[in-house]
This record gives sequence, C-alpha cells and structure tokens, in this order.
Amino acid sequence: MSEIRLMKGNEAIAEAAIRAGVDGYFGYPITPQSEILEYLMMERPEERTGMVVLQAESEIAAINMVYGAAGTGKKVMTSSSSPGISLKLEGISYIAGAELPCLIVNVVRGGPGLGTIQPSQADYFQATKGGGHGDYNLIVLAPASVQEMADFVELGFELAFKYRNPCMILSDGLIGQMMEKVEFHEQKERTKDFDQSWATTGKTKDRERNIITSLNLDPELQYEHNLKLQEKYKRMKEDVMFETFNTEDAEFLLVAYGSSARICQKAVDVARSRGQKLGLLRPQTLFPFPEEAIAKLSKRVKGILAVELSAGQMVDDVKLAVNGRIPVHHFGTPGGKIHSPDDVLKAIDEKLLGGF
Amino acid sequence: MDINEIIKPENLVFKRTELMTDKTLSYCPGCGHGTAHHLIMEVVEELGIQADTIGVAPVGCSVLAYEFMDIDMTQAAHGRAPAVATGIKRLWPDKYVFTYQGDGDLAAIGTAETIHACNRGENIIIFFVNNGIYGMTGGQMAPTTLEGMRSSTSPYGRDLASMGHPIKMTELIAQLPGTVYVTRQAVHKAANVRKTKKAIHKAFEVAKEKKGLAFVEIVSNCNSGWKMTPVDSNIWMEENMFPFYPLGDIKVDGKIVKDLMSDLM
Amino acid sequence: MTEEIIIAGFGGQGVLSMGKILAYAGMMQEQEVSWMPSYGPEMRGGTANVIVIVSDERVSSPVLQSFDTAIILNQQSLDKFESTVKPGGLLLYDPNGISRPPERDDIRVFKVDAAAEAARMSANKTFNMIVLGAYLQLNPIVELENVIKGLKSSLPERHHHLIPANEKAITRGMEIVTKAS
Repeated sequence: MSEIRLMKGNEAIAEAAIRAGVDGYFGYPITPQSEILEYLMMERPEERTGMVVLQAESEIAAINMVYGAAGTGKKVMTSSSSPGISLKLEGISYIAGAELPCLIVNVVRGGPGLGTIQPSQADYFQATKGGGHGDYNLIVLAPASVQEMADFVELGFELAFKYRNPCMILSDGLIGQMMEKVEFHEQKERTKDFDQSWATTGKTKDRERNIITSLNLDPELQYEHNLKLQEKYKRMKEDVMFETFNTEDAEFLLVAYGSSARICQKAVDVARSRGQKLGLLRPQTLFPFPEEAIAKLSKRVKGILAVELSAGQMVDDVKLAVNGRIPVHHFGTPGGKIHSPDDVLKAIDEKLLGGF
Repeated sequence: MDINEIIKPENLVFKRTELMTDKTLSYCPGCGHGTAHHLIMEVVEELGIQADTIGVAPVGCSVLAYEFMDIDMTQAAHGRAPAVATGIKRLWPDKYVFTYQGDGDLAAIGTAETIHACNRGENIIIFFVNNGIYGMTGGQMAPTTLEGMRSSTSPYGRDLASMGHPIKMTELIAQLPGTVYVTRQAVHKAANVRKTKKAIHKAFEVAKEKKGLAFVEIVSNCNSGWKMTPVDSNIWMEENMFPFYPLGDIKVDGKIVKDLMSDLM
Repeated sequence: MTEEIIIAGFGGQGVLSMGKILAYAGMMQEQEVSWMPSYGPEMRGGTANVIVIVSDERVSSPVLQSFDTAIILNQQSLDKFESTVKPGGLLLYDPNGISRPPERDDIRVFKVDAAAEAARMSANKTFNMIVLGAYLQLNPIVELENVIKGLKSSLPERHHHLIPANEKAITRGMEIVTKAS
C-alpha cells in the first residue's frame, strides 16, 4: 500500500531503502545526514525486512563493509557527507574497479576541509569525474525534492545492478534537512534470486571460484579492463534523465540541479511574470550528463546561465555540451551559503540579459 | 623396489589439498605463507565447507592469496580486510568468512578495522601472518619489526625512541570481549605445522558457534626481507621473534589463559 | 493560494515543531508544503528558524528572502526578519523580551502575549501553540482539525494526553491576539 508522509529528505532515503528491499546499510554519523542512520536504527529494519544496519567505526570501514557486502551480490548502501565521502573514495574506486553495484548517498555540505554543515553543491567534480583514483565513473543522481530522495533509492539500485556499477545520490543539506510530502511505494520483498553468477556466494563444485578484485598486475589485462569500463560508461547515456520547465519558447536558459534547481524554478516563475522568456533545464542524472539535450537547446536560445551552490563546477559540463555555440555564464554561491531566487534573478539580469 | 609399489594409499604421508589451485605460489622459496595457505585450505577441505567459505585477501605479499585458494574470495584495500569481512559476514551470517592479513596490513594501516571487528565480536576468523617486515614493497619496517632490527626504512636498526615500539596486536586484541579464541603459532617446523592446523580447526569451530571472533597469529620468517637463507631465517626467528612473540594460546573459549602482564613487562 | 512563512525565535521555543504542525496540516488538506529549518550550531540553544510554505501549487524554492508572514519570537529574529516581510504582509510577534518593537508601517503588525499567557495557564510547553492559534486567527490557511492531526503526528504516542492542552492553547491564542498600535 502506498503511503503519504511528511518527512525530511534524509528520513525519506532511509524509509525508501527499507521499502526497496535493501539488504544492508553500513554508515558512520556526520552532519547533515545522520538522520539516515538514526532513522534506520529506530525503525528496526532487521524485524521489518531482515535488512542489516551497522554503525561502522569510520567512513573508511563503512565503505569497505559495503565493498565486501556488495560482492555477495546483494543490495547494499552507505551514506555520508562531503568530508566522509572523501574518506570513502579509496573504497569507491575499488568498488568501481571491481564492478560492484551499490548505492552511496552524499548529502553535501560546504567545503573544503571540515568546512561548514550548511548545504553546498561543491562536490560535483568529485562525484561526476570519478573522485578517487583511476579512470572510473559513478552513476550520479541529483534529487531536487524529498520525493526524489525516496524515488532515487530504487532507481539507483536499478541502474547500479544494470551496469554493475556504484551509483551515487548527490544531494545536499537543503534537500536532506527539509520536509516535504512524500509518497512511498509498498514494501518490496528482499530479492532472493538476485544475479549471483559473479558474486561471493561460496564456490560449489559446478563452477569456477568467484573473485572480487580490482587488481590486474598484468598491464595488458588492466588496459583491457579499462576499455571495458569506458564502454560501459558510454552505454549509460541511454539512462540520462532531466526535466525542463518553460523551455518551449525560451530565449534564455538556466541549467541547475538539485536544490539550486528548486531555487531557479522560482526565479523562472518571477522572470516569466515580468515577460522575460526564461526556461530551466534540470539534470536528474549528472552522470550521464544531459549533454545532448543542452546542445539541442543551445541552438534555440541566446544564452545559458549555469546556477550552482559552488564556485563553478557543472558549468564546465554545460560549456562542453554547448561547445562554444552561445555564451555560457555561471552564477554560483560557494562555501555553504545558499542563493535566493532574488539573487538568481539579479544574476539573470546582469549576466544573461545584460549582455544582449 | 619399483616406484609403483611405493605409490599406494597406505604409504601416503602427505597429500596436497584439492582446495589449492594449480597456480604456482608467488612466494619466495622458504617463506611461511605457502604452508599457512595450505593449512587453511586443508581444514576447509576436511570440514567440507568449500561452498560455505569466503576469504578476504589483503594488500601485501598475500595480495594474490585468491589465486591460490580455491574458494570465493574478495581482495580488500590495504588494512580494510576486517571491514570487508564484516560486510560479507553480516549478509551471509551462515557462511564462514576469514581474512588473511600481514603485519603491515593488520597492525599498521588497518589497526582500527582490526580492533573494531574484534571488539564487535564479528563471527569471522582473522589469520595474521607476522614476519616483522613489509615483504611485498621490498623490506621496509613494519609495526612488528623488533627493536634493533634492520629494514630498508630502519637501515641502522629500529630505534625505539624515534620509531616507536613493536606492537603485540595479538595480546592487545585478546583483551577485547569480542574475541573468543586468540592464539599465536608458527609453521617453520613439522610440530608447529601440526599445532597450527589444530588452531585453525579450533578457529573454524568458534566461527561455527558464532560466539565471536577467532584470531590466529602465525609468526613467520621473511628470508628475502631479512636477507638470510631460509634456514638461517628460521633460526633467527626462533632466537629473536619467539622471545618477543611467544607461541601458544592466549585466549581460549573467551578466557585469557596467559599472564599478559608479565609478558608485557 | 501560496503562503510563505518564516517562524523565528530561540531554540527550545518550539519554532521547528510549530512549523512542522502547520506543514502537516497543509498536507492533510491536499496542499503542497515544504518545511526548511535552519540547522547547525543554532539548533543548540541559539536562534532557530524555519521557512514553511503552504501552497495550492508545487512548491518551487524552499528557501526565500521575502515572506508573506513572519512569526517572530525574540529580538534577534525581529531585527533580522522585519525587513523581509513583503509589503502588505503580516508580522506576528510575542512582545516578551522585545525592547525595540516593529517599526514598519507598510505591513500588518500583530502581537500575541504568548509567553505570559502560557505562564498564566501553567502550561509553558504549549507556548508555541498559543502563537500558532494567534496566526491561524489572522490567517486561517489550515483548518483546526488538521492542526490537531499535525499535533498527533508530531507528538510521540506517550504524549498524546497533552493534545487537549495544546488545543486549548491554540484557542487561547486565537482569543488574545491583538493589533499592535
């Protein structure tokens, strides 16, 4: 039975994980995402579905528990916030190298360093360009509402298993801490007949042993493995997701994701009421990035403004998609401060409309 | 006597376990790793639990342990094997899960993971091969390198004042309530091999009972890293390693059976 | 209808839960809602504020710089948010501890003596419900029965016996709210 609740984004992720039939969660507390582990512990998921929840001794231990557990072929996840994700990157690189499916939630806060616990989008590069060592990519989902926090848990696992690749939900303190209405789907059974052909399920006489590793001491094999990974990342393009608002007749376009897209939506509404023909494209997947959709729109609009809670990261991908065809500007607020719709409107006037 | 008359089941004194793959061991001749691998696999074979056993390989000389042991295995990042094993065991509570780690992996970079897996009482087995040196990277100082012992990063011998003390991880984790069976063995002589195998059997029994963590240290030589012949390295091990890392059970059935205080003096 | 509200005061005054009950009540009557708290060190004793939006349409930005209504419960918050009320908007405040009352004349300013009233009623914990009652008297965006549902959902079961006291506080707030001169 579906159910409507008023919930924080972080709580919605936790509830969605139980309902999605997740087998294991391994995490370590860090603001602003601790509600995920707290909610899971409060809900006794071992009793509800048999889901395992464990508070590890560190983020490093948590991601390595995920690595071991993901190798069993089951649905496992972790969550953290920026400094904690930095600690997890070694493990994430191993998971990507060993081609294991799992879900990693990053409720981003302002950095660098210990930074601030306020919302930020300054981990875009880290999330979308690999982050750890080596040529790898994560599937990156960018929820912009509490509903999407919940929905992307199931979607994330679907994509992670489709590609045998770690998937990251790149959220931030704003979406994590805010409450909204959220509709949950009915409880899913924990999968019993998952694809075990590659997993550490125990070697039986009728098959070769399964090894979970990212090590290839033979450079030729490592080279082949890397080519295979790159092929996989290219294939992910078929799962690109984005939303558009008022782009049909737009003369100017905003590109923003997650919490910044919510703020931009308000700015677009206000601009429209003033007669300014503004549209918004909101990537829901940051990897794969909706480059084709942006390239197409760049043939119709006069200019683009990338709006992010950072000093300018996603704007690089927008520029690559536009490839110099039209001007691409950036408006961003770094350091854990949030821009308001008014700030965005001012930037639209100054940077986007001012030049024309 | 014809050779075929000798090859008879009743004359068999040693049989290679079928749970070791045909891959040639990558370890130096004279190294204890090969024996330790064999013993673990022999026990898994004798218990008939190949399909129920998952191993975790470390970073270090035994990084390729998964090439030699014919069971499902996961290769862990440096020091993280106890966390990886925790993840596996929590999702497969009815399987046997073990880590196989060296001293750098377990007692330096992975100290936190080791201590916390032990303290949580994870129902896993940790095999800890301690040879007092980093073998794979070319003989650097390990956390268990003895005082005065030379390595490529302690070329004038380990100086306690500037490099710290060798750490007795096994005595340390024996004091944690999560560990049930803690022992220190060796594999350089037939008698020790037999004792170690018994210890490994005991460790798997503990894992079966799910009462907590079993920890088996194997003090070993590293003739390459120590720059000695295999025979000399074993003698040196007996004369230098064993006095500091004395062999025997430390904790049995959850009870400390050794005077840890006098040992720490 | 879209109502954009900021509620601001000290941590411990029930600012966040008042906002949550309001948002929950909105949700109960099929409206779109968002509840965006300030979080961080200020959660622990300093100032706390929450932006609540109740709307007939999908809520766009959950963070705003100007509001239809500001509910203000201490001087710091008044200093910070008085200027953010949209012209013609509403400012509701508790005069307790206020040394510099609101000065704007292009907005509607009301006061509710909630702290004093809660003390009189010997029910200090219902302080925020007195304030909520005052607000609903001025701007009945949600129905009382839905507010009660909101109360039920945000109070743990063992505290449900306190619901009548809270309901009484809401009614009292409705009675004692007055226009500030």
